[in-house]
Amino acid sequence: MSLEQALRQGFFTTRLEALARWAMSNSVFPMPMGLACCAIEMMAMAGPRYDVARFGSEVFRFSPRQSDCMIVAGWCTYKMAHAIRRIWDQMPEPKWCIAMGACASTGGMHRCYGVVQGADQFLPVDVYVPGCPPRPDAVLHAILEIQRKIRERTEPVFAFPEKE
Amino acid sequence: MTFDDVIAHLEARFPGGIREIRRALGETTILVRTELIRDVCRVLKAELGFNYLVDIAAVDRFTEQERFEVVYNLVALAHGLRLRLKVRCEESDPVVPSITPVYPNANWHEREAWDMMGIRFAGHPDLRRIYLPEDFRYHPLRKEFPLLGIPGSLPLPEKPESPAR
Ligand code: SF4
Repeated sequence: MSLEQALRQGFFTTRLEALARWAMSNSVFPMPMGLACCAIEMMAMAGPRYDVARFGSEVFRFSPRQSDCMIVAGWCTYKMAHAIRRIWDQMPEPKWCIAMGACASTGGMHRCYGVVQGADQFLPVDVYVPGCPPRPDAVLHAILEIQRKIRERTEPVFAFPEKE
Repeated sequence: MTFDDVIAHLEARFPGGIREIRRALGETTILVRTELIRDVCRVLKAELGFNYLVDIAAVDRFTEQERFEVVYNLVALAHGLRLRLKVRCEESDPVVPSITPVYPNANWHEREAWDMMGIRFAGHPDLRRIYLPEDFRYHPLRKEFPLLGIPGSLPLPEKPESPAR
């Protein structure tokens, strides 16, 4: 089949890399790390009104092994930080992290001895969402930012062995 | 039964054991001698119907004599009475008899007071920290404890290398 014929039948060509990134970015499965009040807004985002499913993130995965984006929703205590880090370690690479709300980003109003002043002290946070709690559309925006990050990644999706 | 009956009964059972009685705003507070608290609770529960321990609180009266105060809130459900008991202890030796043998739910309340204020409860079956990690060395609700904690006293997991993006 010549290229003209193929094009007439509705084919188009692209790089496998770009196709894979497009697929990856539109199937971000969040790991809901709901720790406090922010978790309620995170659930609202997943619900029918804000409907994160429109952006391909509808499946909240309660198993870290099946998710690629951890949403830290709420304040992390020092005691909990170890558990969060263990869950983070169980997520397969590549993975992303959203710090949702003032508390996860900076400690927020919980300026005290027991609360980690920002989840970025023990996690590589990609997107910070301001607000207390952030509106669900702000978290949607954070997921769109993650999608943009995935599409603009420099790391190759496929690593082919060098030809001899 | 009224509070007058309660107080008369306690005074008969523990002569000299009651240090102070304060009645204000419809509330009755009794300060008892520290070493008697378990017996007072036993009498209140068995003979006066105070069958419900609502809460135990600890107070840091920093710069006062007898720095720490433990507050017990009791309810007699059948009589509709609420009673507040207090005991005090010194900073140098903050020990109060445990009332867990009398009210089993005091177990966790006393563990909380130990965790936050560092008051030890003699005779408690399992006096461990309840909120903070077991190797934490301080009692954070004491007045001299800094608001943001003591750096390095609570370990954090190491931040992983940021994966190549
Ligand atoms: S940012 Fe506000 S809503 Fe979110 S966890 Fe903190 S206090 Fe709760």
